[in-house]
Parts: sequence; structure tokens; C-alpha cells
Amino acid sequence: MADKPRLAVWKFSSCDGCQLSLLDCEDELLAVAGAVEIAYFLEATRTPPEGPYDISLVEGSITTPADSVRIAEIRRQSKTVISIGACATSGGFQALRNIGDYDEIVRNVYAHPEYIDALKTSTPISSRIHVDFELRGCPVNKHQLLEVVAASLAGRRPNVPNYSQCVECKRSGIVCVMVAHGTPCLGPVTQAGCGSLCTSCDRGCYGCFGPKEEANTRSLGKRISEDFGVGHRATADMFRTFNAGAEPFRREALRHDEH
Amino acid sequence: MTSTDQTLPEGIQAQNRTIVVDELARVEGEGALDVKVEDGVITNIKFRIVEPPRFFEALLRGRMYSDAPDVTARICGICPIAYMLGAINAMEDAFDIVPPAQIKRLRRLIYCGEWIESHVLHSAMLHAPDFLGLADAFLIAKVNPDLVKTALRLKKLGNTILEVVGGRAVHPVNLKVGGFYRTPRKADVKALEGELEWAIGASVELLEAFAGFDYPDFEQDYLCVSMRHPDEYAIQEGNLVSSRGLDIRVADFPKHFYEEHVEHSNALHGRTREGEPYLVGPIARYNNNYEQLSPYAKEMAEKVGLPRVVRNPYQSILVRMVETLYVCEEALAIVREYEEPAAPSVPVDIHAGAGAGAGVTEAPRGICWHHYSLNDAGRILNATIVPPTAQNQPQIEDDLRGVVQGNLDLDDEALKWRCEQTIRNYDPCISCATHFLKLRIDRG
Repeated sequence: MADKPRLAVWKFSSCDGCQLSLLDCEDELLAVAGAVEIAYFLEATRTPPEGPYDISLVEGSITTPADSVRIAEIRRQSKTVISIGACATSGGFQALRNIGDYDEIVRNVYAHPEYIDALKTSTPISSRIHVDFELRGCPVNKHQLLEVVAASLAGRRPNVPNYSQCVECKRSGIVCVMVAHGTPCLGPVTQAGCGSLCTSCDRGCYGCFGPKEEANTRSLGKRISEDFGVGHRATADMFRTFNAGAEPFRREALRHDEH
Repeated sequence: MTSTDQTLPEGIQAQNRTIVVDELARVEGEGALDVKVEDGVITNIKFRIVEPPRFFEALLRGRMYSDAPDVTARICGICPIAYMLGAINAMEDAFDIVPPAQIKRLRRLIYCGEWIESHVLHSAMLHAPDFLGLADAFLIAKVNPDLVKTALRLKKLGNTILEVVGGRAVHPVNLKVGGFYRTPRKADVKALEGELEWAIGASVELLEAFAGFDYPDFEQDYLCVSMRHPDEYAIQEGNLVSSRGLDIRVADFPKHFYEEHVEHSNALHGRTREGEPYLVGPIARYNNNYEQLSPYAKEMAEKVGLPRVVRNPYQSILVRMVETLYVCEEALAIVREYEEPAAPSVPVDIHAGAGAGAGVTEAPRGICWHHYSLNDAGRILNATIVPPTAQNQPQIEDDLRGVVQGNLDLDDEALKWRCEQTIRNYDPCISCATHFLKLRIDRG
């Protein structure tokens, strides 16, 4: 019992959807709970945190002064840190505050802005500490999550693709929604992994797995905004969702703002 | 409604104590609790939501109406449908769209999936450990593996419904203003039938297991607020009603209820315009709409000893399982009658009636109200979202006050456990309301 690897699940600013994905592994959950010691998982257990940990899964983005301190302590206590989900890997939807007037945003939501103690930015976990692996997705894919945990336990690199969503669609035999129907789609610049969900539903990919390696956002942004007649503002909006803070998406949205 | 200077019942020695729970476990999000007792009198109770604010309402401004369902889904990973359909109902109100019955039935089906997933997760895995004195569901699995396996299979069915209709369990992709992107295939929907037949019996099994728990003796005269629909147990459409006879249109919610910003919480506090706390969620729905439950759900509720009007908040776990039983029956009926609609959605004309719209649905933990104002191009000018946990927060504090007052003879650890259990009665969704509990009991 004492020899089992110690797993901790941490939450920062987020919707809990990624750690819920772990609880959604109904068929594997009891096996996971048997293979590791769940040392800390606030969403599921009442056990108080006590390091050190072999694996820390971190959900959510850094948005408060206290959280920027807490993440450093988690790093000190953890052998392996894996950030999970769009908030933890790119700042999340809440990273849109980074480009707005923060004070005005707070005033819009809260009657007493002086009660709010938050940072003017929402940034990924990797902006504060070294992260051993980043698992993308809004939310993460539970099969990928299990693969990352299994790989970490085995001391090998997780088998998670970094190619585009287009490759996944081709492999699944899904007809391209852009070519066949003229539907704007972020698939060409988005990392595969969701299981081709949107294109299976006859809609364009909305980029919830964030930018793939070497994403040619400039070419796709031009095609969507000009050739498809979507316009620059709507194209900027497409890049400004759950991975708005990921550099290629952030930059492409800015390019369309300039028009 | 509740005075802060209640005196102790005779026989209990006056005490000074402070209870602090800094991290509330087994809830969604980050919350904390401070209790201060001086000379046997509670001088301070604060249920604090310390989840960092994410400012969704402000960040929605300037975006197209059509972005609202996918964006608001990200407020909560546990009840994304509540947000997606709340936003969709509001936009359809603004555009005067009334979707055909088949689309409404599919929406009800996917919402049944969310209720099953959320209710079973909460009841079996997050709340049941409180009644058993265990830290978590993994420990129940050692004591009663069959119960946990049944719960996991039932929860998985909820997720499967979400996937079949919505494409994904957390943050579904197939819902939009006007209907769905793609019509779920008849064969895929019909394939749910066998597991739903099993699920009705499984819900009863869990209900009966939970009915054997020891329920703390505590009652409140709640002001219950929920939706009501003339023809069905309200989930995704209807008016707003209260247990004191209020019956209003969805858009009139702000005339009767408001949110205040208090210093100790990043969630706003919902109150009636008269300043009273009120209850939303399973007990409110059950009390207001009991007659519309199925005959079998009512029969099982009576069998496990639930009264016609539930006043004991700890019985919420039983009400959730009665609702789970009900929605399994509902989902089965919808699946059996399902025919693929001619079109997956109705068209949206962004110029027709653009202006403003309000929408509400019954999230597993209570009503989730949305209001948007739009410009002529269909872009959002202003967004207001009132989540269930923000509305319940004053009522949670009110319950805690009564529970602490009645249990001052318990030692700090036992009292802390009881307080946490009391909060978990609400299945608080703290990310929604802006996450878990830190308890500090200050006995001076």
C-alpha cells in the first residue's frame, strides 16, 4: 500500500470539467483508485493534502496572487506535474480579460470591485512553473487523460498526437465540412484528440484542443475571413474562445482586429 | 429572516468557539466556512465562495448570440446543459423562436442525461460518504462494492445520453439556438432503451440503500422557488413559481429576486426583493411540482418515507434519487417514441425581434436564469446569469446557523463534519457560483 504512486489532483480557475473527466472514467475509476494512492482530490475526497506526490494533475489557470504562490508549492512537492485542459495549458476563456480593460470588466460583473482580489491576467500553469506535460482540450479527452496517467506511472512519454484535427477527420472517414459545405472550421490549425466531435455533428471545429504544432493560422484566418466571407471580426472571435491565450490563436485574432 | 442573536437552548453550556473549514471537499469548486460563537451565541456565519471570479458575463459582451451556448457551457463542467439551454432559451425568447415539439423532446432527453449524471455523482460519490462517516466513495467501494458499481453504471448512462444527443458528456457540441447541429440517429437513440430499463430498477436500489441512512433531525420552512410547466415536471421550460403562490413569467425574475455582492464571497447572494433567502433545487422542485412526478416515483418516495412536503434538507439525497428514477422513466419514454425530426433546427432570423431575451432551466441544483440584450446584428450588449448556488447561498448560511445552534454540544471535529454535510445537501456548484469549504469554528 505504501509503495503505490501518490496522485494528487489540483484545481485553479476553471469549471471542474477536466477533473470531472477523471470521475467520468466509470469503467476504469476503481482500477485507477486501486493502482495509485489518491493523495489529494478535493472534488472526490475529504483527505487533507500531504506531500510529496508522484504525479500532480493540475486543472485551471492562474488568476489570483494566492494561486501564483500555491502552484509553486505544488511544484516543490511533486515529481511530475501535468497540466490538464485549456485553462491550465492556455489560460482558458477567462484569459480574454488579458486583452480587455480589466477594471471595467470587474465593474461589469461586481457591484463592489474593491472586494475582488484577482490578477489582471489569466495565464497557463507553464507561465509560473516547469510543467512536465500539457494535455490539451476543453475538456480533456478522458481516454487521453488515462493514457497520460498510465504513461507517467510507467515512466514513458504519453502517446498523444500533435497533428491537426484534419488528420483525425480523414482517418475517421468524415467528409471535410469546409470543402464539402463551405463551413468555416479551425480543424487545420487545431490539435487532434477530441474524436472529431464537431465535424461529426456537421459543424466546424471550434478549436477546443488549441493550436497544433506549427499551425498556419495566417493562411486559415485569411481563407475564413475573406474567401468564406466571414469577415474579420467574426474570424477574430473564432480564435478567441477557450484557447484565446495560446500564442498562435492570440496572434491570429489580433491580426483580424487590425482590419 | 433569521436573527443573529439567538440564545442557546437550556442545558447547553454557553461556549465561545470558532470553526473554520478552509477547503470544502466533495463539492464542485472552492468554498470555505467561518463560524464564530461567543457566549453560546452565533455571532458570525459565513459560507465563503473563494473560487476565483472568471467574469464570463463581461467577456460575453460584443460576441454573437450564437456563441453564448458554447461559451456559457464553460461556466460549469458538471451542468453544462443548464447553461447551454438557459442561454438558448433566452436567445430564442429574443428572436421569438418556438422550436417544434420533437426538438423540445430531444432537449428534455439530454437534460435527463445531465440530471442522471449529476444527481448520481453527487448522491452516491460525493454526499453518501457523509452519512457513512467515510472520507470518500472509494472507501465505500471497499465496504459495498456493488453499490458503487451500480452508481458508476448509472452515472455512465447519464453520460452516454449526453454523448448520443450532444456529442460529448462535458461541454456538448451539438446544441445551438434553434435546435441541434445534427439530428441524432434513430438507431443510436433506440440503443439507449435496454440500459434505461435497467436504470429504473437501479435508481430504486440506490434510493432504498440511501433511505437506510441516519438523517439528522433538522427542519426548515423553506420558501421554495422552481420552474413549473402545465404538462410535465418542469426541467427545460416553464414559468417560475414559489411555494407561496408566486407564478411569474421568466422575464419577470428580476422584479421579484435580486443578487447582492457581499464582501466575504466571490459569488453574489440571491434574495427575494423582500430580502429573504429562498431555496432552489431538488427539494424546491419536489415540493412545488410533486403532483407531476410519475406514479412510480411517487410510490417509491412514499415507500422510503419522504413526506409530501420535504423540510429536512438532509433528505435532499433521497429527493435526488426520486428525481433520478423519474428522469430514467422520462428518458425511456422519449427514447421509445423517438423519430428523427425532419430538420435538426429551425432557422434564426437575427433581425426579427432582436432586443432582449430571458431564459431559465432547472439545473440539477436549481434554476439557472439568463438574460441577454442584443444589438441589431445579434451581438450581445449585456449578459446576466444567475446560477443556482448563488441563489442558495443565503439559505445555506441560514441552515448552517440552525445546525450550529442546535449542535453546540458536538466537539469541533463532529460539528465541522455536520456543517460540511449541511453544505453538501445543496450539491453546491461553486465554479458556477463563481469551489469547497474551509471551516473555522471560533469558540473564543
